[in-house]
Amino acid sequence: MSTTTLPAIPKDYAPLLLVPALMLAVLPLIGSASTWTTLTVAGLAMGMMIFIMSSGLTLVFGLMDVLNFGHGAFVSVGAFAATLVLAPMKGWLEAESLAMNLGALGLAVLMAMAVTALLGWAFERVVIMPVYGQHLKQILITMGGMIVVEQLIDVIWGAEQVPLPLPAALRGAILLGDSAIEKYRLLAVAVGLLVFVGLFLILNRSKLGLLIRAGVENGEMVEALGYRIRRLFVAVFAAGSALAGLGGVMWGLYKETLTASMGGEVMVMIFITVIIGGLGSVGGCFIGALLMALTANYAGFLAPKLALVSHIVLMLAVLLWRPAGLMRK
Amino acid sequence: MTEALLTLSGVHTHIGEYHILQGVDLVVPRCGLAVLLGRNGAGKTTTLRTIMGLWQASAGRIEFNGRDITTMKTPDIAQAGIAYVPESMAVFGGLTVRENLYLAARNGPMDEQRLEWIFNFFPALKKFWHYPAGNLSGGQKQMVAIARAIIEPRELLLIDEPTKGLAPAIIDNLAEAIRQLKGSTTVLLVEQNFNFVRKLGDTVAVMDDGHIVHSGAMADLASDRALQERLLGLALDSHQ
Repeated sequence: MSTTTLPAIPKDYAPLLLVPALMLAVLPLIGSASTWTTLTVAGLAMGMMIFIMSSGLTLVFGLMDVLNFGHGAFVSVGAFAATLVLAPMKGWLEAESLAMNLGALGLAVLMAMAVTALLGWAFERVVIMPVYGQHLKQILITMGGMIVVEQLIDVIWGAEQVPLPLPAALRGAILLGDSAIEKYRLLAVAVGLLVFVGLFLILNRSKLGLLIRAGVENGEMVEALGYRIRRLFVAVFAAGSALAGLGGVMWGLYKETLTASMGGEVMVMIFITVIIGGLGSVGGCFIGALLMALTANYAGFLAPKLALVSHIVLMLAVLLWRPAGLMRK
Repeated sequence: MTEALLTLSGVHTHIGEYHILQGVDLVVPRCGLAVLLGRNGAGKTTTLRTIMGLWQASAGRIEFNGRDITTMKTPDIAQAGIAYVPESMAVFGGLTVRENLYLAARNGPMDEQRLEWIFNFFPALKKFWHYPAGNLSGGQKQMVAIARAIIEPRELLLIDEPTKGLAPAIIDNLAEAIRQLKGSTTVLLVEQNFNFVRKLGDTVAVMDDGHIVHSGAMADLASDRALQERLLGLALDSHQ
């Protein structure tokens, strides 16, 4: 019997260290611990919101090889669908009770995710299905789909901005030493972490997750094992759309106003995140979103003019280092 | 006469503008091992992929266990009891060996006894159980691919050129494993390496240009040098 030891499984820790390394590297440049804390928490919160909006897109690309340039439509629809619940529950939102505020938000999120999942299902059937395997057509038709959805939002809710004030208990900031941390940003960090942990557990600890990961690698073989990958595709598309809907609610509350084009406006950030992370990688998307938001915040403080191009500079640096993105094999 | 488990009658398959299978007639008897031989491009892989529904037959009929599966979708064909080991092996490289097999066990948790039975064929799988399948050698990946196909009992196992690119020592182990397998399931084995299959096969069919040009008992072909040369020609010599 052979006594040779097994070769070590190669581990790739470098991308995981980027976020803490960036956070620590800028501390001496910023100088003040309280300013650093404020900037860092704000960056993490924005990063989490970008991650929530982007995670669905990277999943859809990874599993289905679909370039969905209409993903932003689900962000907008999610935010507007939430108002269907939040408007009649204004009393709960204005109450000083955190439980009532979160209860109303929870229901709004459920509504947003249900509506966007349903819209995602219809979008896949009507818009995506005829163009599987044709990237150029996918780009054109999904962009067209987004324009149609934006126009429908204008028809239903009007072309004016719709205010979406924060619930009473989530307004303002808490003091952490000398640092003022906005309460809503803490909620955004918590929700983002919850989504990431949930996705991580589903993808790595469940048979459904195994099927998705296997389907990303070789959908044909998954079918040959007896699984209907088409149904899996549709379910993942609907789930990805629902995540975008959740991201839309979070983003709308962060901006406190909604417009039909809000989803289209964040698409550049979403795409940069997905590209930095590596198309199809949820972990890469998480790291990419945090890196992008933190870099923008730090650059905005240290060199405001650089903040305008920080996303592009970051993407360039990552792609020069790893042309397929941080976590793409 | 042994009952047929799988029957292809006049099967044609087009891939784009190419007419690959041009009326394939093939019978795989229940139990034992049927071999499909032929040179590169003869249509062997297309035959297996057409049986699995990965490419649709444009004409003809495929009957499995008395049931017409010609137009069935791949997952339904798999659920009907056909397992497939493709030429590329198609192991899920980002998943561990355990996860590859766990995924293939459609009907619930893996049967521990069956797993031990598989480990007897392929001890390396136990050793690399929690190892990413993508990091394994070609021979080990082939073991994962076959183990994945037999982790649950299936009535028919389609194996496409399992010896391709493997070292001779590994090919011997593989031959032994397939010999043991054919006692428990029907196997349709596609090969170019005649020496590998001459002692394994019970029946043989030879393909050329999208047709079956010979079918019969393997023993007859193995003992008839002239027939081998006529059917397999230089391809046979190159393997000897």
